[in-house]
Amino acid sequence: MYLPIANLAVNGFVIIGLGALTGVLSGMFGVGGGFLTTPLMIFYGVPPTVAAASAASQVTGASVSGALAHARRGGIDYQIGGVLVVGGVIGTGLGALLFRLLQAMGQIDTAINLLYVILLGSIGSLMAVESLGAVRARRTGRPVSARRRRHHPLVASLPLRWRFYRSGLYISPLAPLLLGMATGILTMLMGIGGGFILVPAMLYILGMGANVVVGTSLFQILFVTMATTMMHALTTRAVDLVLASLLLVGSVLGAQLGAVMAQKAKPDVLRLVLALIVLGVAVRMGLGLGWRPDEIYTVISQ
Amino acid sequence: MSWRILLLPAVVLLCAEKAAAPVLVPEVSQHDIRVEQGFTGADLLLYGAILTPEGQPIADDYDIVVVVEGPPHAVVVREKRKVAGIWINAASNSFRSAPGFYAVASSRPLTQIVDPRTAAIYELGLDWLQLSPIGSIDPARQARFARGLVDHMQRMGLYHEDPGAVTISHQVLYQARIALPSSVPIGDYTAETFAVRGGRVLASGMTRIRVDKQGFARLIADRAEHAGLAYGLCAVALSIAMGWIAGRLFARV
Repeated sequence: MYLPIANLAVNGFVIIGLGALTGVLSGMFGVGGGFLTTPLMIFYGVPPTVAAASAASQVTGASVSGALAHARRGGIDYQIGGVLVVGGVIGTGLGALLFRLLQAMGQIDTAINLLYVILLGSIGSLMAVESLGAVRARRTGRPVSARRRRHHPLVASLPLRWRFYRSGLYISPLAPLLLGMATGILTMLMGIGGGFILVPAMLYILGMGANVVVGTSLFQILFVTMATTMMHALTTRAVDLVLASLLLVGSVLGAQLGAVMAQKAKPDVLRLVLALIVLGVAVRMGLGLGWRPDEIYTVISQ
Repeated sequence: MSWRILLLPAVVLLCAEKAAAPVLVPEVSQHDIRVEQGFTGADLLLYGAILTPEGQPIADDYDIVVVVEGPPHAVVVREKRKVAGIWINAASNSFRSAPGFYAVASSRPLTQIVDPRTAAIYELGLDWLQLSPIGSIDPARQARFARGLVDHMQRMGLYHEDPGAVTISHQVLYQARIALPSSVPIGDYTAETFAVRGGRVLASGMTRIRVDKQGFARLIADRAEHAGLAYGLCAVALSIAMGWIAGRLFARV
């Protein structure tokens, strides 16, 4: 298969398989899987910008059915979701500027790698510790002390408070707006949906109820990845429709398979597996930064 | 009578001059390389004949060098260094005209065929590419970055040297194969053939090759470049449609 934007022939089945792998992850864990697709595609030889731009549209496809399912169940807080989306769209704009700046400085690849290491490393270890505790608690039969649902004190100090009825919150809209912006920037730079950052942030920083967290996060991801695809189409012109289609075919099929598998497995074990995958990617990228690279010289056409 | 005798050395000289300038007729198997959806690279066959002006095979041994060169681009070469434990791009140098593709095939290793001066004049070999560096004036630094550029392009499969890839049969016909990978840049290419003897170029000939996207691949690339808004909307619509359809299909089962 020739990718007309990446200017490269690839094995279509490899890309579909890659999409399927991330699809299984998204079906099992409710994450977009962009954090795995983008590095794997780069590893396969796809130019980083094309990989990030095309992965964004894959995440859109992967989150559509999930968002719809949650919408039917009433699992979306549209009010807070709307604020998150507005923040996210602003974030993609900022991300595009940042992308261009880093590209001109020649540090875009290093920046992306560092972001991966820091974000995946910290989130992965948090998840691993938490899920290990949960697994152990289930084994020994001791109940886990329930964490008191409360938003972070910093959030409370922000001015201008709104009532978010669906989430049961009375907080400043600036908090979800800033959170949305942060994930928007990450989506633009890394080609990830940001679900694995949004969900813990909504739970522990905003203090949202668990019943609306996943749905609202999918809602935000859906719109922000759409905005990212548009932003890439208009600025970097790096969205490869052929690549995106192949990934989509794989991921929408994989997502269904993952959903079936998720029903059979225990949720705390699932979280532990996800944590290990996330940590694995972080460690691999961290080593990549420290090892002497095969190529000291890289060439960018102007 | 005497003027004829006088003219004879001149005629002999003229013939000798002509014998030293043989005719080279180069040809290439494909003048138009169509980059379509199924494109996985192309195998170019470059062939031709070399004869004296009288149409006779050349008596002496000679070598053939074939150079295929892609469209030049301005590039930035970046150099990684270890800073605070991680490898980051620390220095860079610009080059005004690096060919997007460069392949040289010869009947023997180039160093045995031509001297450095001739190699530099005709740009024969990866060491003799004229890259027009800009910025730095330090020749050692320029050479380092030029080597880095060539090394990177060789790893990408876009630059290669292939000594022994040219075969010459009956002192008349030559042929060479040059492979273009799927990642070749789009544009106008030149294929130059040189007949070399004793370090000097006896004759040369050039043909042109055009590499262009066709059909669906061209449509996609063109839309992405010139109609970003519609293209982006199309990508978004496609991903939503596929996600939605898959969700509906599997929800029923």
